[in-house]
Order: sequence, then C-alpha cells, then structure tokens
Amino acid sequence: MKKILACTKKYLPFIILAPIVLIIEVILEVNIPKVMAQIIDTGIPSGDPEVVIALGKKMVLMALCSFAAGAVGCYLSSTGAMGFGAELRKTVFNRIQDFSFENIDGFQQSSLLTRLTTDVDYVQQGLRMLTTMFIRAPFMMIAAAVVAFRLNKDLFVVFEVAVPVVIIIIALLSHFALPKFRYMLTKYDGLNDMEQEYLTNVRVVKAYVREEHEKKKFADVNWQLMTSSIDIEGMLCLLGPVMQLVIYGCILAVYYLGGVDIARGQMEFGSLTAFVSYISQILIGLLMMGMIFMNIIRLKGSVERLSEVLNTQSTLLDGNYDGNVKTGDIDFEHVSFTYNKAARESLSDADFHIASGETIGIIGSTGSGKTTLVQLIPRLYDVSSGTIKVGGINVKDYKLKNLRDDVAMVLQQNVLFSGTIKDNLKWGNPDATDEEIITACKQAAVDDFIQTLPLKYDTDLGQGGVNVSGGQKQRLCIARALLKKPKIIILDDSTSAVDTHTDSCIRQALKEELRGTTTLIIAQRIASVKDADRVIVLDDGKIVDFDTPDNLLQHNLIYQEIYNTQMKGVE
Amino acid sequence: MAKDEKKYQKANNPLQTLKRLLTFMKDKIPMLIIIFIIIGINSLFTVYATHLINPLFVSIGNMMKDFNANYPHFLKYIEILALIYVLTAILQFTSDRIMTSVVNRTLNKIRNQLFSKMQKLPLSFFDSNTHGELMSYYTNDVGAIRDALGDSLVSLVSAIVTLISTFVMMILISPQLTIVIIVLIIIMTLLTKVIGKKSISNYQFQQSSVAKLNGYMEEMMAGQKVVKVFNHEQNVKNDFNKINEDARIASTKANFYAGVMGPISNNLSHINFAICSILGAYFVIKGSINVADLIEFLQHARNFSNPLSRIMQQFNSLTRAIAGAERIFNIFDMPDEVDDGNVSLVYATYDENNQLIESEERTGLWAWKDGTQLTRLRGDVRFIDVHFSYDGKKEILHDVSFYARPGQKIAFVGATGAGKTTITNLINRFYEINEGQILYDGIDIRKIKKSSLRMSLAMVLQDTHLFTGTVKDNIRYGKLDATDEEVVAAAKLANADEFITRLPQGYDTVLTGDGSNLSQGQRQLLSIARAAIADAPVLILDEATSSIDTRTEKFIEDGMDNLMVGRTVFVIAHRLSTVRNSNAIMVLENGRIIERGDHDDLIAQKGKYYMLYTGQFELD
Repeated sequence: MKKILACTKKYLPFIILAPIVLIIEVILEVNIPKVMAQIIDTGIPSGDPEVVIALGKKMVLMALCSFAAGAVGCYLSSTGAMGFGAELRKTVFNRIQDFSFENIDGFQQSSLLTRLTTDVDYVQQGLRMLTTMFIRAPFMMIAAAVVAFRLNKDLFVVFEVAVPVVIIIIALLSHFALPKFRYMLTKYDGLNDMEQEYLTNVRVVKAYVREEHEKKKFADVNWQLMTSSIDIEGMLCLLGPVMQLVIYGCILAVYYLGGVDIARGQMEFGSLTAFVSYISQILIGLLMMGMIFMNIIRLKGSVERLSEVLNTQSTLLDGNYDGNVKTGDIDFEHVSFTYNKAARESLSDADFHIASGETIGIIGSTGSGKTTLVQLIPRLYDVSSGTIKVGGINVKDYKLKNLRDDVAMVLQQNVLFSGTIKDNLKWGNPDATDEEIITACKQAAVDDFIQTLPLKYDTDLGQGGVNVSGGQKQRLCIARALLKKPKIIILDDSTSAVDTHTDSCIRQALKEELRGTTTLIIAQRIASVKDADRVIVLDDGKIVDFDTPDNLLQHNLIYQEIYNTQMKGVE
Repeated sequence: MAKDEKKYQKANNPLQTLKRLLTFMKDKIPMLIIIFIIIGINSLFTVYATHLINPLFVSIGNMMKDFNANYPHFLKYIEILALIYVLTAILQFTSDRIMTSVVNRTLNKIRNQLFSKMQKLPLSFFDSNTHGELMSYYTNDVGAIRDALGDSLVSLVSAIVTLISTFVMMILISPQLTIVIIVLIIIMTLLTKVIGKKSISNYQFQQSSVAKLNGYMEEMMAGQKVVKVFNHEQNVKNDFNKINEDARIASTKANFYAGVMGPISNNLSHINFAICSILGAYFVIKGSINVADLIEFLQHARNFSNPLSRIMQQFNSLTRAIAGAERIFNIFDMPDEVDDGNVSLVYATYDENNQLIESEERTGLWAWKDGTQLTRLRGDVRFIDVHFSYDGKKEILHDVSFYARPGQKIAFVGATGAGKTTITNLINRFYEINEGQILYDGIDIRKIKKSSLRMSLAMVLQDTHLFTGTVKDNIRYGKLDATDEEVVAAAKLANADEFITRLPQGYDTVLTGDGSNLSQGQRQLLSIARAAIADAPVLILDEATSSIDTRTEKFIEDGMDNLMVGRTVFVIAHRLSTVRNSNAIMVLENGRIIERGDHDDLIAQKGKYYMLYTGQFELD
C-alpha cells in the first residue's frame, strides 16, 4: 500500500489541488439555487427589473466561475489520476523487470499481465473517483445541509429521518449485492477463459468434430453468466426506485411542512423551492458516497495484487566482482538444486569441470534435470547448495549483467519480439554490423531462409514471431545468442524443430567457427550430441556418467539404450 | 495500430444494422414496447408532477388568506403527488426489471450465436485473426451493445418523452420564453457538439495508444525470461516508458474532454435559468405572465436541459453499439466452412448373407453411406495432382500425387516448411485444395460430410493443446461416451498411464491453462491417448514424438505400433529412425514430392533421403 501511494509523488500537486478546486465548484453549485430562490422570492415579486438583472448577473457570474472551477478541477484530476496510473504501471513494470526467474515462475506471466492492465486501471480509476467525487460528494452534502439548515431549521427534521434511511439502504445493498456481484464476475471470467481456450484449441475441436460439444459447453457457461447477471442487476433495479421514493417522500414532506409554514407566514416561496433542490443534492451525495465506498472495497483485491508484486524482492542480487568473464571454464562443486517449494531435488550433487572451448552434450529423459543444470550457469536460479564457478570465479560474485553477457543461453521456450528480424537479432548486440549479423545467421543456418524473404533482414515479425515456422524461429534465436559473442553458449533443446540436416550444419558451424567458446548442447537426438567432446548423461537429477560419446557407447547403459532406439538397424 | 483503430470506427450502415438488431431481438419486441410505454407514462407523470407544483403553490397562497378553507385543497395536491411518485417508482422498477431480463437474454443469444457461427467458420478465418481480435467481439462489441441496450435506449426514450412533454408545457405557459429557451438550447447543442467531437477523437486516440501499451506489456511478459537472459531490462524499461507516457497523455486528454462535459452542461443550464428569470421578470412586470406561471416555467426550464445533454451522451454510446453490432453481424454473414457432401460414416456389420449392412452399435467396422449404398471403410487414401495455396497467391503444394493402401504406413520427410503438415491438413479438409482430387476409399472427400470425414481420422497435432478439465476429460475428448476403463486402456496404449497415476489425483487431476502443469512430453502423451481412444480407422501423427525423450519415445512407439495395426497411418517425424518401417516414405522439398519409396529403395537411390539419413551418421 505504501509503495502504491508513493506513486502519487510526481503528480501530488494535481492530486491535492483537484479536490480543492472542485470544492470551490461545489460551494458555487450549492449557492446557485439560493440565488434562484432570491430571484423568485424577492426579485420577481419586487417588480423591479434592476433587482432581477442584478441577481441574474450574479447567477451567470457564479455559473461561469463554477464552470471554470469545474473545468480546472477536471483537468487537475485527469492529469493527477492518469499520471498516477502511469507511474504505478511503470513502478510495477520495472519491478517485474528486476524479478528473478524464480519470482517470475511464482507469479506466472498471465497473472502479471492482469496486474499490469486491469488492476492498475482499477486503482487509477479509484484515485480519480477519490479526487473528484469522494471529496466532492460529502462536501456537497455538508454544504447543502448547512445552507438548508440555515434556510429553515424546522424543515431540516426531514433529513434527520431520511439520512439514516439512505444509509440503511446502502448498507443492505452492499451486504446483499456484493457477493452476487463477485459471483457474476467469476462467471464472466469463466466465459472469457472458455473462449480463449476454444481459440487456441480450434484445430483439436475440428479434428475431433466436437463443435456440438463445444457449443453445449459454451451455452452452459453463457447461461450461468446470464442468470447471475440477471440476479445481481435485478437486485440493483430496486436501488433507483427506492431512492426515488425516499427523495420524493422528502420533497413531499418539505412541501407539506413548508406549505403550512408559508401559510402561517413563517417562510417564503423561494426558500421552499431552494430547499427542495437541496434535498436531491444531499441525498444523492449520500448515495454517491455509498457507491464510491463499494467501489473502493472492490479495489481492495487489486491493491493487494499490486502490493504483492511491489513487495516482492528479487531473489538474486548482484555480486561484488566487477570484472567480465575471463574464460569459458565451468566448475560445478557438489551442486544441488531444489525448485522453490518442491519436495524433491531436481539436481543432486553435480560435481564436474568443463574446460574452456569444450563442446559438451547433455542427454537424459524428460525431467532428469538437464535444463535445471544449465540454468544454474548464467545464474537464472541460485544453487541450493554447492558452488558454481565460471571462468574460475563463483557466479554469485559477478554482476548479473556481466555474467549473462558472456554466458549466452538459448531457452527451450523461446520468443521473438515484434519488430524486424534485424531488431530481434540486435538484442544479442545492439552495435552489431550487418556483416556480423549475416555471419551469425549463416552459423545458425538461417541466412538462406532470410534471403528468400522480400524484405530480407528488414522483414517485420508479428508479435511472438508468428510469421516464421518453429524451426526458423529456433534458428533465429540461436543467431541472436551467437551475436553476443559469448564465452559460453548453452543450447537448451534449441534445434528440436529443425530438421536433421540443418541441425548438423549448425553444430558443424559452431564447432568450427566458435573454437574458443564453451558449448553446451541439450538434445533429445543422439545425433546432436555424438560429435561432442564429452557427454553428460543425467538420470533423475543425478549425473550418472560424463565421458566421450565413444566411451559411453561402450559402457553406459542409458546411452546405449537411447542410441539403440534411435539408430537401431542402421549399422 | 490500423487494426486497433478499425475497432472504434463508426458503422457503415447504421440504419440497416439497427433494423437487423431489432429483427434479431424479434421475440423481445413486445417486451420492449411494454417497457417503452411504461417509460413514456413515467416521463409524463414526472412532467405532470412538476406541473402540479403550480396549483400546489397557489393553494399555499390561498391558505395564507384562509387556512382552514384551503387546507383540504392543499392536502389533496400533496396526496395526488404522493400517489404519482409511488406509481412512478413502481413503474420504474417494473420496466428496469423487465429490461434487465431482455438485455441479458439478448446478450446471451448474441454470444451463443456468435460462438456457434465461429464453429462453422473455416480454419483460415482463425489463421487470419489474432486471438485478441476475436476475443474483442465477445468483450468490446458485445459490451457496447450491452451499454446501449441496458442504459442508453431507456435513457434515450425517457429523455425524448420528457423533452417533448416539457416543451409542450412550456409553450402552453409562455411561448415567448420558450423561444428564448430554444435559442439557448441551440447554442448549447452546438457547444456540446464541438466538445463531443473532440471527446470522441480523443477517446479513439486513447483506445489505440492503450491498445499499443497493452500489446507491448503482453509481449514483454511472455518474453520476460528472454529479456533477462539478454540483459535487456534497461532497454525494455526505456521503451516501456515512452509508450506508457504516450498512453498517459492520451488518457489524460480523453478523460478531460469526457469529464468537462458535466460542468459545461450544468452551468449552461444555470445561465439558461438566469436569462429566463431576467426576461421572465420583465414579462411579469409587463403583466404577460403571472408569478406562479413563471415559477412553473422556470421549473420546466430546469428540467429541460437535463434530458438534452443526456440525449447527447447516449448518442455516442448508441453509435458505438451499432458499430459493434455491425462487426458481429459481419461475422454472421461470413461464408461457412464448405460442407456440401452427403456421404456419411456409419457403423456397419455383415449380415448372414455376408452383405454389408448398417449397424446401430459400434462394431469396429465402418462404412460410407451414400444414399442407400454402403461402401466399407478401408482407409485407402489417394492424392491425385493436388495443388494447394493458403492465400490463393503463393502455391505451397505443387502437383502432389500419392496413395496409401488400407493399413499402410506412409511417412512424410522433409525440411521445415516443405509442406508436410499442409498435406495432412488437406486430408481432413482443414483447407480446400485448389486443383486435383483427394479420394478416400474411392470417394472424392468433397462428397463426404466433413463431420464424417474427420470422425474417420484421428489426429495428433504438431502443437499439443489440452482443455481445462481433468486428465480423464481430456482423454475422453476423443470419444465422449467412453467408459473409465476405456480411458485407462487408451492411456496404457499411449504409455501415458504411468505418469498419470503418479499425478496427485491421478486421472482426476485437473489441468488448467492448456495443461501448463504438465511437461511437454506428458502433454503429448495425453494427446496420443486422446487419439487412441477415438479408435479411428485412419491415423495422422504430426511430429507427435518430437519433444518426448527417447526412452519414453520407445514406449510410445511400441504403443503406437499396437494402435497402427490394421489402420492407415500418416506420419510426420524428424527422426528418420521413426519412419524407417513405413510402407512408403515421401520426401518433400518446396511443396513437391522429390523421392518416394520404402526405406531400402530410397537408400538405394542415394538421393536426398540417403543424404538426410546418412547425415545422422557423419561421425561414422
């Protein structure tokens, strides 16, 4: 909460001034009916046009001032609230940028996005409401009440009855309506989820001829949304008429009591009409406060979700060593790793040395810890125990930026961003020359493909790289990593969608042209690792063997088994 | 950007769309008429109540002279007013309640129809629209219609009735003053129009810059790990700042223009009142109007400007709704996926005379039914000179011909983008071929009902997609009426049983978010089990085994071999070892079949296949 409030700092003058200016508007607005009353009470009966003109002028002037105050207030509150929203969004976004992988895993991407969009919007609207209505409504109410009280103390008794009635109505409504409202919202989310799922799964639906099944599913969710909407909205239908009854009841009471007073000569006509206009001002102000209150309660969820992000500290901190990675040596010293909250170790007691420039293959079945092992090298996660050294220095001692600049990793689930191919490749090195880019693409065997595109390297990739196939995307991601000219490059199953020939071309290029670079290749295909210098065989988080492919073929059972399934009957 | 803006454009043919929307709500029209009548009566009541204030005040004036004689009159007016107010409240509630039901039922119908319609659209429709665009039909457009139906329409009708009746009352009281009011109203309308225009264009600008911001955030959240691996945090922050700042400025402007309308119309009505009072005072002095009438007139004048600004506001909302309705109707008007075949798939069995006859139950035997004629489903698939292009411009497949005899295993091999997946997408008619013919048991697949055609094919797609629901539900998707035993049997066949039983709730484990709680390999195993339970005569396996580790893959292969017995199978796989035992292997390059034959033939040819195959063995 504190961190959210801190986002108001930059626009604080606007946020504070807005309600002040709006109070001026309210004062004028409350007094205008009084002038109207004067026109009716004294001006017109006096028969003196001068009096009416004077009062009319006063009223026009007040209206103009009220307009000016209203416009300025609107400007201030818009600037303040939108500025606050932008600051809040920025703070949350920047905080997410500083998250570690572990933090990101904990939140999930879709949930982070909802926080950035919907939740920030809600809180922003909440502040706008706060600066405009929340100050305005009670002030308007009090001002109107004061004027009304001064106008006629006897009639004021009407409010003493009406105000508690309205408060009870609001309380009852929020008590009964809020749960129904929340229920309706979950149904609405359910409908959206269902549509989203259908869109991703459309091929499956069509392949299995399940259109009718999907329609039924949708109609069911849709029906639930409809009935829950009618339920809550039907209840809210009561609010308007009931409030009307209260307000009109008050007006009639005022007419009655006031009428008798006038008849007895204790009151003027004008005061009566003025009093009537205060009734709506006071009661509607009260209702508005109730609504705002309900909305603020609704904000609670959003505020909590945003605070959760803002209060999350990155689990990784920079080390003190300011230097770059000197060599591509990698040392694992009794390294174990357990994912956050997981019961089982994903990697147990890994202990090995990889010399600079070596090409290392890593194989093992799904869930054996291959990805876990390599992710520890660029310190995407911190080890649970043991030490990892890169270039002879503990990874925890490096500045994260320096470490990751020299340890390039091509992730298994990789993404390209919207923008041209060149823009994407330049992520690897913003200053890369065209020659460097082409060289990297040739090494990743993707230059040929790019050359067939009409705009070549300036081809625009849609969001998420939708215009390229899986294999082309993987190769672009490899080229992007190569442009970093790293000391260590890690390919995490990065050629799974690339055909075997291209795959072997890429490995060939890496071997020949990146001689000094330590290369780690995780692969499913035995062919991808069998020309490595050495191969790590993982099983259930343990390194069961680390040897040359030839030796492994001689004595390692797991390696033999994989080799035989993939190469059976070929020799 | 262009697409974002398209959304907020005005309707091309508003009147026709409105007419169509009304036709769509035909069964609700009696309800709507009732609602409008109630609203009309209510507005008249309100105007009448304002009118009654005048005699009420007169009676108060009379009471000042003789309290006791006039008190009953005074009380009578209070009573009448009380009655009217109670009636309006009841009527208001009634019409609101009916409207709530009408609106929600209509929205329900629109959503259902939209969803049903989308079911009928061809895949190319889903390819050419992003999910966000398609979702916006359900959220933005349906939302716009909801706002218009729920609030604007009622507001508009009541505003118009109030406006007209108030106007009549004003003319009856004082025609001269009414003219003044009209002049002021015209000025006010022009002013609101100017501001309104600004407001709309700023609103559109805000929508597009917010859409851009949301798009950027979505992309970055999805690629957050890549951002970190490339140390790109600072660049991303800088880009974000720029876009965020643009959106802030746009939103501030849009909010200002929308908010400033309130003070403007409010105070214009005050000024209006002041001018009327001044002129009214002159008329009173001149004696052309009495005080009580003037007071009533002024009351009406105050009531007059309020509905006017309401009409202005509702007009915007109505235009948005009509634009939304038009977009939805455009979807309704799109041509359905072509499906004019009349050959259907039926269960079959042989009778005592060894004649093929239709069966009520699943027999394991299938037949194509054309009129009364039955042809046994064997799984013979032939491509004859097939040409295909996704967009009608760039041809993807050129002159592809091949055949698969019943029970054969046909493999497609080739580089990414060579057209392997495209071929399988043509067999089940996800897309329509441009030239040539595809025959299935001798029948042109265009003559077969799409549902029948697809039911005869089980597919394991390149990208595995699962549904929210239990593991069991997901497997059962292949055969909705499958028993639990069948589900387990299918899972065992696909070798998925082992990992499923290890899940916390086994077969009842709930999968969410496209099965994100499973590994890629596990998801694929499930999709294979889903295909297994469908028990279709023809199988299409598209790179199904590419992400499964080799040990699991061996198990799957064994299961698959069981599954393949007696079935025609099309396989697309990267690993040549998995396609070796195929009856025929088609090597594709740039949309053409360049080599064909079984493994031994192709090796003997020493062509592309040989190169690919030996490419795996560079070391040896």
